[in-house]
Amino acid sequence: MTDALIPALMPTENIFPIFVEAMFTKNFLLVMFLGLCSYVGLTTNSDTSKGMSMAVTFVMTMSAILTWPIYYYLLSDASFLGNDLTFLKTICFILVIAAFVQLVEFIIRKFSPPLYRSLGIYLPLISTNCAVLGVVLLNIQEGYTYGASILYAFGAGLGYSWVMLATAAVREKLIMRDVQLFSGFIGAFFAAMMAALIVASYFAVVKL
Amino acid sequence: MTLMLPAVAVLGALGLAMAAMLVWASKVFYVPTDPIVDALIELMPGANCGACGYPGCADAAEHIVAGDVTPDVCTSCDAETFELIGELLGMEISAAEPTYPITLCQGGTNCKDRYDYIGADTCRAAILLAGTKKACSYGCIGLGDCVRACMFDAIEIADNGLPKIKKYNCKGCGACVRECPQQVLTIAKEHGPVYVVCSSHDKGKYVKEICEFGCIGCGICKKNCPEGAIKLVKAVAVIDQEKCTQCGTCIGVCPRNAIVKL
Repeated sequence: MTDALIPALMPTENIFPIFVEAMFTKNFLLVMFLGLCSYVGLTTNSDTSKGMSMAVTFVMTMSAILTWPIYYYLLSDASFLGNDLTFLKTICFILVIAAFVQLVEFIIRKFSPPLYRSLGIYLPLISTNCAVLGVVLLNIQEGYTYGASILYAFGAGLGYSWVMLATAAVREKLIMRDVQLFSGFIGAFFAAMMAALIVASYFAVVKL
Repeated sequence: MTLMLPAVAVLGALGLAMAAMLVWASKVFYVPTDPIVDALIELMPGANCGACGYPGCADAAEHIVAGDVTPDVCTSCDAETFELIGELLGMEISAAEPTYPITLCQGGTNCKDRYDYIGADTCRAAILLAGTKKACSYGCIGLGDCVRACMFDAIEIADNGLPKIKKYNCKGCGACVRECPQQVLTIAKEHGPVYVVCSSHDKGKYVKEICEFGCIGCGICKKNCPEGAIKLVKAVAVIDQEKCTQCGTCIGVCPRNAIVKL
């Protein structure tokens, strides 16, 4: 029950490797396989993948900002309560993220209808997205400082975004081909195969 | 067991705090929605065709209720729907004169092919490959981009290789006109107008070689028009719809049968 258990707020070591790790070498989609449902569902055209990428990056960063203090100042045994309630972290994080996403939806609906139209429809989709929850849980597991955890979350969001946009670009080209196999039910199978190929080649590059 | 109480307390408190915050936010950031707009959205066709100039029916409904436009901007509503909308808004609505697209090309199978096209089944893709597959670079390609753009199943590619409008289904929204990469479709009024149904700016000799019906820019129609409503623009006759009295003189004199009255 000492304050030493709480990591320093601002990082002392170089945090750039954390950023690169989140964005590339431990990419959430291609290496950790988190958030795959939105990856398959929303990469059929680049407009939806753009909107979803923006929303996910925003929510990831904001949830890292919110959940880190809650964990260390409320749940951990270094908190003022003095009880080890860390087993509650998953449910608490889900609660906080979902409530926050709802709040953001209210706010942008009120103040920016155009933004609501382009971004708002994706917000309910990601209120409990596994990639978002994965980021905040990993922040705790790795024992990142506050600053590092925010950077890690932002990098993870950017990593998610570039994979989404790249895949959408490929799938848009596939749809234009005059091959019946690329559309309809079988098309989903081909999309999965294409994703598998992307993942395999990405592994080959990253693990070198 | 000793942790049970603090666990319940912390989670309960957190949940209550979040709930209180959301209740507060839903009051502060409440966006009033007009019940009339909601009712109007229910009545609108919901095709989001964009003929009114707004991105979708919901947007159009907002502007109609706000008084920016009258409900007759919607070309997709039928008379019955207009009546219901009129009842809702307490106004008389006369539907605009029905319009539908026409194809300014009589090519299709009457126009020669330059090569056999094998590839993606869209006009846009076909253009990317060395111009169009038709000998006439201005004419209809006939791969049906307009068919896919139509939200009302009102257009099909007929056996002659040209788009055929099913007037019964057509709402005149113009989605096909905007989609056509060759710009051979245009919106016409239902009754009367006379059109030169050729878009080719090629020289007369070449048009004669490749197409049975193409305008060769001979100018006979221009000479014979009693109103002076026809002029030649880059080797194709164009009728000024303002001056035209729909007398039909030009239809009879055209040696290429390239002028029609709708």
